[in-house]
Amino acid sequence: MVAGVIEVNQLTKRYRANVAVDRLSFTVKPGMVTGFVGPNGAGKTTTIRLLLGLAAPTAGQALVGGRQYASIRRPLHEVGALLDANAVHPGRSAVNHLRWLARTNGIGPARIVSTLEQVGLAGAARKRVGAFSLGMRQRLGIAAALLGDPGVLILDEPMNGLDPQGVRWIRDLMGALAAEGRAVLLSSHLMGEMELIADRLVIIGRGRLIADTTVGELISNAPTGRGATPDAPGQKATSLEDAYLRLTDEAVEHRAGGDR
Amino acid sequence: MTALLSAEWLKIRSVRSTTWCVSLTIALSVGLAYLVGLSFRTNFPDLPPDQRATFDPLFATFYSLTIGQLALVVLAVLLVTGEYSTGTIRASLTATPRRGRFYAAKAGTGTLLAAAVAMVTVLATFAAAQAGLGPHATSPRADGVPAAAAGACLYLMLIYLFATGLAALLRNAIPALGILLPLLFLGSQGLGNVPKLKTVTQYLPDQTGMVIMHIVGQANDPRFARPYGPWAGLGLTALWTAAALLAGYLAMRHRDT
Repeated sequence: MVAGVIEVNQLTKRYRANVAVDRLSFTVKPGMVTGFVGPNGAGKTTTIRLLLGLAAPTAGQALVGGRQYASIRRPLHEVGALLDANAVHPGRSAVNHLRWLARTNGIGPARIVSTLEQVGLAGAARKRVGAFSLGMRQRLGIAAALLGDPGVLILDEPMNGLDPQGVRWIRDLMGALAAEGRAVLLSSHLMGEMELIADRLVIIGRGRLIADTTVGELISNAPTGRGATPDAPGQKATSLEDAYLRLTDEAVEHRAGGDR
Repeated sequence: MTALLSAEWLKIRSVRSTTWCVSLTIALSVGLAYLVGLSFRTNFPDLPPDQRATFDPLFATFYSLTIGQLALVVLAVLLVTGEYSTGTIRASLTATPRRGRFYAAKAGTGTLLAAAVAMVTVLATFAAAQAGLGPHATSPRADGVPAAAAGACLYLMLIYLFATGLAALLRNAIPALGILLPLLFLGSQGLGNVPKLKTVTQYLPDQTGMVIMHIVGQANDPRFARPYGPWAGLGLTALWTAAALLAGYLAMRHRDT
């Protein structure tokens, strides 16, 4: 495992009239979980696709370990990614999905076995992915991300559709991976979960950076605007969810009333 | 590159459509070849004397490949468009970000697969047709037979790769098969011989491969004459294939996924 840093620098992606990502800059450091949050359509998934070289930026750059992803020869050893857990051929077994991935990057069969065990899919390895529940597919997607023992992990909505056990499992796993010195970038809608998982937060709206801060700072610095409830003394002034909603309020209002 | 080829090979082996399409290619080609041979044998005495004199057993031998190739082309299309329809393409390109390498591995394993299927299909088709033809059969060593068989193998490989390139360009099985299946099916039904259209249609990728397989039409009949010879025709098919593969590569290289 080689620790790495994610650097996003003035990153811009334009689709005809739409600007999906707009001069976005942030850094993801090793040894911690960075939450990547924003309203639907804020540009999270586009940013992740740009980071992974799946789409080309209009301007700016997205670097992993100081390099463009597309220039890494065997990238699974440096970056593990989960984009969409359903994006697996339903007719292929879990182990065959991991096998072809492993072969492309020179990863041995022993690693496939240990990764399947790590995510709790050893018993279902020969089942066709089409028969998997969403939770099992998320586990398979995480197994694929961990396959090359990468120092950087990029996970898009890994908790979507998971039951509470699954959510807890992801939370513990992410914490453990960060504690091993990996850089973990995790996007999610679930602010309650982010409060428990993330050390830092990168908040974007309409493709732009709204905040790049720690969870604690965000809660204590959040403006107490309308709708703030008086809390019992000794407790937090507001929850992370309140702070987040206030920050992203504008980005959502513009979209709802505007060009979409 | 070997690692990428073996990864793509595993992808090919680990989906059911491969078995189905390969079996169908062989079964259709071999089964129809026997029936076509049998039909010629039965109707031979009723043929006009000049046609009996110029009878070409190879016409009856490889005609069924024009139907069998449809299943092979479906396989080529599914192995590419399946990447897009299932979303696997994103895993493929995160594992192999250099798209040229990924595409080369896809086309490379396709070539190996098509070569293996083509050899089995052509040999079995030849044997089945001769069994059907009975007394009118030809031998594997007869004049023109080795060239026709080699040409048939090369043709099947080229048409497989033509479909691979087109599928990479279109990314979706419906438009890709919507172009390929009518093109190849109508071709087998004589599209290249329709008098007024012939000047153009005889240059379609499947038509150009038919001369070497002896399935254009009865020999010595001016209606079926083509302005190119057997190997030049196969060369034209190869040009179509090269163009399709290049178009697929350029599309894959420049498009977001």
